[in-house]
Amino acid sequence: MLTLDALTLTQDDFRLTADFKIPTGTRAAVIGPSGAGKSTLLAAIAGFLTPESGGIRWQSSDLTETGPGNRPIAMLFQDNNLFPHLTAAQNVALGLRPNLRLARDETKTVSAALSRVGLADHQSRKPAQLSGGQQSRVALARVLVQSRPLILLDEPFAALGPALKAEMLDLVAELLDETNATLLMVSHDPADARRIADQTILVADGTAHPPTDTKALLDTPPEALKAYLG
Amino acid sequence: MASGPIAIKRALPGWIAAALVAAIVLGTLSAVAMRAEPGRGLGPAEWAAIRFTVSQAVLSAAFSVLLAVPVARAFARRRFAGRRLLISLLGAPFILPVIVAVMGLLAVFGRSGILNETLRFMGLPEVSIYGLHGVVLAHVFFNLPLATRLILQGWQDIPSERFRLAAQLGFTTRDIFHTLERPMLTRTLPGAAAIIFAICLSSFAVALTLGGGPHATTVELAIYQAFRFDFDLGRAALLSCVQIALVGTAAIAALKFSTRDGFGAGLDRPVQRWDAAHPLLRIIDTTAIALAALFLLLPITLVILRGAPALTSLPTSVWAAALASILIALISTVLMLALALPLAIAAGIHSARLETVGLLGIAASPLVIGTGLFIVINPIADPFALALPVTATVNAIMALPFALRILTPSVRDTHANYDRLATSLNLTGFTWLRLVLIPRIRPNLGFACGLTAAMSMGDLGVIALFADPQTATLPLQMYRLMGAYRMELASGAAVLLLGLSFGIFWLFDKGGRARADA
Amino acid sequence: MKYLSIAAGLFAATTAVAETPVLTVYTYDSFVSDWGPGPAVKAAFEETCGCELNLVGAGDGAALLARVKLEGARSDADVVLGLDNNLTAAAVASGLFQEHGQTVTVDVPNPFGEAGTWSDTHFLPYDWGYFAFVYDNTKLATPPASFDELAASDLKIVIQDPRSSTPGLGLLLWVKEQYGTDAPKIWEALADNIVTVTKGWSEAYGLFLEGEADMVLSYTTSPAYHIVAEEDQSKSAAAFGSHYMQVEVAGKLAATDQPELADQFLTFMTTDAFQSIIPTTNWMYPAITPAGGLPEGFAAPIAPEQARLIAPADVPAIRDEALAEWQAALSQ
Repeated sequence: MLTLDALTLTQDDFRLTADFKIPTGTRAAVIGPSGAGKSTLLAAIAGFLTPESGGIRWQSSDLTETGPGNRPIAMLFQDNNLFPHLTAAQNVALGLRPNLRLARDETKTVSAALSRVGLADHQSRKPAQLSGGQQSRVALARVLVQSRPLILLDEPFAALGPALKAEMLDLVAELLDETNATLLMVSHDPADARRIADQTILVADGTAHPPTDTKALLDTPPEALKAYLG
Repeated sequence: MASGPIAIKRALPGWIAAALVAAIVLGTLSAVAMRAEPGRGLGPAEWAAIRFTVSQAVLSAAFSVLLAVPVARAFARRRFAGRRLLISLLGAPFILPVIVAVMGLLAVFGRSGILNETLRFMGLPEVSIYGLHGVVLAHVFFNLPLATRLILQGWQDIPSERFRLAAQLGFTTRDIFHTLERPMLTRTLPGAAAIIFAICLSSFAVALTLGGGPHATTVELAIYQAFRFDFDLGRAALLSCVQIALVGTAAIAALKFSTRDGFGAGLDRPVQRWDAAHPLLRIIDTTAIALAALFLLLPITLVILRGAPALTSLPTSVWAAALASILIALISTVLMLALALPLAIAAGIHSARLETVGLLGIAASPLVIGTGLFIVINPIADPFALALPVTATVNAIMALPFALRILTPSVRDTHANYDRLATSLNLTGFTWLRLVLIPRIRPNLGFACGLTAAMSMGDLGVIALFADPQTATLPLQMYRLMGAYRMELASGAAVLLLGLSFGIFWLFDKGGRARADA
Repeated sequence: MKYLSIAAGLFAATTAVAETPVLTVYTYDSFVSDWGPGPAVKAAFEETCGCELNLVGAGDGAALLARVKLEGARSDADVVLGLDNNLTAAAVASGLFQEHGQTVTVDVPNPFGEAGTWSDTHFLPYDWGYFAFVYDNTKLATPPASFDELAASDLKIVIQDPRSSTPGLGLLLWVKEQYGTDAPKIWEALADNIVTVTKGWSEAYGLFLEGEADMVLSYTTSPAYHIVAEEDQSKSAAAFGSHYMQVEVAGKLAATDQPELADQFLTFMTTDAFQSIIPTTNWMYPAITPAGGLPEGFAAPIAPEQARLIAPADVPAIRDEALAEWQAALSQ
């Protein structure tokens, strides 16, 4: 269970509060108007932003003082998810061993992850030699080998076309089925939420609201969301 | 959004390196000052020297940087066979020993140089190179290559994706200039100008020889005079402080302008310029490259033609000196890396002001550093036994500002673009250095190492105080040949020196750029 | 005493055998170079002294004195060789040198006393020369015979800066000694003849050989190099009637730990074994003409009717005034 305990986040004059729990295994979309603080919320959970007050807990352990790399979290950003100078396999391997010194079975794990996302033949390519969709797959393969219980996606597929994005989301759903990880996924497209997230966290007016049923929320949106959905 | 503790941890070695450099530069300065007997302080002659020094340095820096812009732009926009080699070749003047470069310039612009021979042949009046314009010309000759490389680097730091977007948006050349190139230039030019200003500030032999007389007295010459003519160490230290203050002012001014917002990351795709196909631009670029090549390479070609015949008759002592120079160059390069890498990391991710520490190296007079080290070392150790480490250390410190200018922006970019990813993957410490930073900044590292090694090759060494007679460097051996009337052999040694300096630069530079791209 | 020597690019430290006494002589760099007198002098002295002669190059003459002053009484040096008549007063004033206690008869022109006598109590001479303007006799048939003629001509000359160069200082004092209060006028008249002023002798001579100037300030003995070493007769020194002298000397440091060896070296310096090495390595006149005479090429040096020299003790006071005049006249 992820607990956001009376969390207050501030950045310059921006302010966001959150106070709720997300049960393990939840797949939650984070939606809300542009600039409402969706990415800020994820950044704080991932450890890139120190909360002004309140705490973040995973299961029973307090994460508030833990460095980003040591949290039980795998995260994908809007861009720069891959190092351009490393091959696809190396980029994936970083998820297992940040120093790239893999044991034999770990090398196999990397290969298997790349095969799982359909890139068995592209292991030694560098990102510039891969298409946008393939780059996203490499990043997902890394999330797979990281096998962290909490996955944060900060719109990593926003640049992809609708069909490709849907494909990626399906892939994410499959991976979640296999790992039973908890997902928080920022999106500005309600269709994304409907596709793989049964819960949705609405971020609006300085507050991140507790997760509610996605279908119910989108079918009968509150005022703040109604304005955003148009 | 740097995570605080890690940034500070990464910056710590840089602060230590900065303290070390400051200790060496300022420590030697105070050693000299404390050894001083009462002198006469700064007189009108010294103030005149300060005025001349500043004005020639300002002009030299301005012309070097402004003339480098079209050349760098041409190289950034054009792709042609031999482009890389030409860029490297154009760097040659910067690594030339002063006296060789002056001889080369005079072979073109001197009284019996190509230019005046041509003018005479055409019945036109001759032009004299001697005067302030000659000093500026020579300094542009030396520093145009550096300015071009620094600015070209700025161009190359703009990811190809931005140019692609610009092309897609139908940007004209002017639009590209306003949105992409001008911001890059306002960021790059002040730093480049500050470095060249600092280099020209400590000019001595070039300014005197081409300035044509004592009105072309620089601060460095005044320091030299204080030392050997008057043995007035206090005045030497005072003048050195003036030099440091001048460079410091320039550095602070430069930093003010070069506040930076990066262009974000690209995917290391080769840059393609869709806007550059216009025939007029093609002509402009070709002209810029051709003129720069002519200006920079003709004097060097003449030096080579003049000295090449003597290459085969060089005595073994010259070859031995060449080996000693190579060794010193390599050690200097290693030391430079040990100082510059932590400093660049600290400057790139923590405090940009740290970069100014590097400028101390060229701000301080080598004569003062050498003498200060001598005063400090002499009571505790044999200076000759320490000739090698001292020479290598001073060479490394002299190269530091260039290395930092080359490395810091790329460190900053890497940090801005990949810090979150690296942090989330727990890439820290040496692993981060090995897997993220060094691969990202490798071309810059190669360039900085090449520059350091080449500058060290061409350096006369930390003056005679530490020159071990048994291990003369190549430039010293060349001067000895000249001092013994062997001008032919000296010009042969100059060609050897030029070849080695350039070779070592090219190897490093190429090594840095060679990517294992499958 | 430690050396650093190169063997195939590797530095290997070797320690001299402890029993052999070592005499350390600081000198200027071109003296110790392969083309200077150093190697031959070292071999010749070590044949007789049962010691090791450690010749240490330390810049040029003025840098040499600065270095000894920096080191003070701690200096490793036993003898300093390579100061000239313009530096000896400052050297004596430093108190770092002791009297040599030797009497020699020399072949150095003596404007202040009887021919052949040497009166400096601290320093002994090893060679000397006249400053002169050297020119290419294939291009210039009738060279000027005085500063006035030079100033009146449109010939171009290269000179050295007195602040950084020994010949440059020599020229400064030459003009001052010959013209006294009129020296500034001479410099003003020469201003349009001076192509440029260089840091040192090498740069100036290089510029002259490259054709940047018609004449260069050097020594009357410079043509001898071209005649002897290159069989090139085209370089001559212009006879100005009188020429300023440079006398190069050596002295014993007060703090030497090898006083006997130092004395032995200074004595050796005035013998044929040392003196015969000088002409074709240092390209100066030996202080005592060797038994075999001067080599060919030295045979016809211009013999100035009047050798010019400012007494060493007067140099410090005069040179500052002369320098100020020089700077003022050439800075316009």
